[in-house]
Amino acid sequence: MPFSLLVNGAEHRINVPPDESLLSVLRNRLDLTGTKYGCGEGQCGACTVLVEGKPVRSCRMSVSSAAGQKITTIEGLERDGRLHPLQEAFLRAEAFQCGYCTSGMIMSSLALLEAHPHPSDAQIVRYMDGNICRCGTYSRIIAAIQDAAARHG
Amino acid sequence: MKDESLSEDQQHNAISPLGYRFNLDRRAFFKVLGSGVVVGLSIRSGLSQESGKVSNPHSEEELPNSIAAWIHIAADGRVTVYTGKVEMGQNIRTSLSQQVAEELRVPLSSIQLVMGDTHLTPFDRGTFGSRTTPTMGSWLRSIASSARSLLIDMAAERWHADRTSLVASDGLITEPRTNRSISYGELTRGQHLVRVVGAAITPAKDWRIAGTSVPKLDGRAFVTGKHKYTSDMKLPGMLHGRVLRPSAFQATLVSLDPEEIEKIPGVQVVRDSNFVGVLSADEYAAANALKRLRVQWKAVTQPSENELFNYLRNNPAVGGDRDRHVVGSVDKGRASAEKKLAQTYTVAYIAHVPLEPRAALAEWNGDQLTVWTGTQRPFAVRDDLAQTFRIPKENVRVVVPDTGSAYGGKHVGDAAIEAARLAKTAAKPVKLVWTREEEFTWAYFRPAGVIDVKSGVGGDGNVVVWEFDNYNSGPAAIGTPYNIANQRIEFHAADSPLRQGSYRGLAATANHFARETHMDELAHLVGMDSLEFRLKNLTEPRLRAVLQTAANRIGWKESKNSSTRAIGIAGGTEKGGYVATCAEVAVDRANGTVKIVRVAEAFECGAIVNPQGLKNQIEGAIVQAIGGALFEGIHFKNGRILNPHLAGYRVPRFSDTPLIAIDMLDRKDLPSAGAGETPIVGLAPAVGNAIFAATGIRLRSLPLAPDGSALRTESSHAPFCHVQ
Repeated sequence: MPFSLLVNGAEHRINVPPDESLLSVLRNRLDLTGTKYGCGEGQCGACTVLVEGKPVRSCRMSVSSAAGQKITTIEGLERDGRLHPLQEAFLRAEAFQCGYCTSGMIMSSLALLEAHPHPSDAQIVRYMDGNICRCGTYSRIIAAIQDAAARHG
Repeated sequence: MKDESLSEDQQHNAISPLGYRFNLDRRAFFKVLGSGVVVGLSIRSGLSQESGKVSNPHSEEELPNSIAAWIHIAADGRVTVYTGKVEMGQNIRTSLSQQVAEELRVPLSSIQLVMGDTHLTPFDRGTFGSRTTPTMGSWLRSIASSARSLLIDMAAERWHADRTSLVASDGLITEPRTNRSISYGELTRGQHLVRVVGAAITPAKDWRIAGTSVPKLDGRAFVTGKHKYTSDMKLPGMLHGRVLRPSAFQATLVSLDPEEIEKIPGVQVVRDSNFVGVLSADEYAAANALKRLRVQWKAVTQPSENELFNYLRNNPAVGGDRDRHVVGSVDKGRASAEKKLAQTYTVAYIAHVPLEPRAALAEWNGDQLTVWTGTQRPFAVRDDLAQTFRIPKENVRVVVPDTGSAYGGKHVGDAAIEAARLAKTAAKPVKLVWTREEEFTWAYFRPAGVIDVKSGVGGDGNVVVWEFDNYNSGPAAIGTPYNIANQRIEFHAADSPLRQGSYRGLAATANHFARETHMDELAHLVGMDSLEFRLKNLTEPRLRAVLQTAANRIGWKESKNSSTRAIGIAGGTEKGGYVATCAEVAVDRANGTVKIVRVAEAFECGAIVNPQGLKNQIEGAIVQAIGGALFEGIHFKNGRILNPHLAGYRVPRFSDTPLIAIDMLDRKDLPSAGAGETPIVGLAPAVGNAIFAATGIRLRSLPLAPDGSALRTESSHAPFCHVQ
């Protein structure tokens, strides 16, 4: 079936089965591999993207439900070679080890700061609890989010 | 006891193969040429070690002694360093670059590391056992230092100057007297040079680049999503593969009816003996086709979880290891003991759960095979591929892109073999990415184990006898650092019902859990403070230092335990590192929940190469340890994993993370030890000891509180130990 996807401000016309996941379409058909597969069951958050500004597990969303909506992936954050403040904050805090969860963490953080521009640590923990960092850099991610909130809130 | 470094390798790599036997044709041999180098260095035996000491007899085996291509200085001054080690989040791309920059006296920005590529990098046994820093780090420092010495000689010759009047700094050789200088690139251009190594290494106290918190070198690629993990790679014409998994472990294929899916355009079925896979240019189509394959398996009866610990005790591995270590006489020790204690501790199988599942991209070019895959042992995977496909290993190239973590879980090349088999039939590149369920089922686990400890204490509070029998979990850190005159310590290898292998820290976690829990039980038995009891039985100054530091940080002496909140302590040593962990827990017995509120950990691993990187590793080890301590466990029945999903296998999350205070004791006078593993070992016993301090309930099985039932039902007045 033909669909139109609006990803990072660009329109993509694709012809795919309606129940194919948004994650599969982003990675395999649009070559946007910054969004990761981690579990396929919506448990780890590595595949998080924003759909109309809301964090969505792209492994659990079909392309047909995503069609026509504004989708933002990690590739859409850098502008003219300038990193997004959250990306800068993750770098400053060294909020990663292997980096595989990082895209999903940054996308969830982005949605968090939209909803709560100056979150408490407890709010961050609640909001981010669906994202797994198996390397265990949670404290650093909290610090990075607080840093970004403090500088750009 | 066996040589530690030898048995360590066995412990890490005793992983049974998935055992594919393919029916393949034998093909011709193609010779592959290695890459050229500008500066080649011949390395004399033994000089890689700190101060000329041979501390690891393995290093000469694993590092080629012939003219080696370790460092390449281009005409423009760019330095390329080749190492067979791989980056999977432990940050060695940064820390090794720092060490080369330090010794070569070049800016960090001029260095690029080529890692884990069997055609480009020297042989390496693998990235495991916390060996990168002590072995590869000191090796590369030796080579860089020798290269610097050689560059000084070259400049001296060119200028007819005295070499002692020349200084190497910032990528230049300078003669301060005349103020003339020449860049490394100008000196080396077009020359092939051989040199025997023997130059001195810069002591840690004089480090300027090493020893500092250099940020992860390519961090920007990770925060922008641009870094290509194996699972992100793509080649022209590439197909996606999926493998059909048996219904249970050891099941054999009885019948396969591919007819229905062979009708689907663009989908191909590959069958070779017990191996079945599907291929499609479209990953979605490949995944769907797999579900529609009609297949029958024949399964065999296998041990289940409910009989696990008896099974491990009663089924020794055929020809397996049996390490035995005896000091003094346990009979005499028992006779002199005033109080005795015997207890049993168990640990469950747990999964590594690397967030990037096993993945491989394989491409054949005639009889040349190239595989990109996230593995900790690229050379071993190369050899496995060569053996499986019956081609010379020179025909196989394994390349490891920086990988989405491993924690000891990626020692084998299963995905690489599967992708290569599919690609052989397809005659096109094939990418295979395991699903999370495959990860949880067809990888391998940290060994489960049973540990029996029998001990006795004299009237003065000294431990006088220590008997320690570990069934299956492994011999890492099985010894005791305490001063005990009479010891018998044994590891009994068992026939494991599940495929098992290396895990961050190996059995050091299980052995520390048993030892440090038992020491805590002994302290209570003799009515002493847990910390004082440990210190009374301990002279090792490095371990004493970390115990005292962690205790001070958490406020051990001042703290007041209650029935709902208390602090526990544990310490130990492994792989050259010394660790002590204090954990404060909040226990809700009505709900059966344990929350780790605060952790203070002190760690000492000699001279610190990158303080921020080390701190990140220690924090991560503590968080990962929470899972194995409190709730991670694989459930299995008759050859099937019952919880092969994240919904059924809980890993630590944001809400599980305590406040963490870390003290890193920087010993610039001591060689640097690896630090990726040992910081994980202290948490589980510290948490168990804290739960006891709060509730009087002694938990002796990891995970301690998977569902909280032990805390809800057990009486706090139940006897927590029995005296013989």
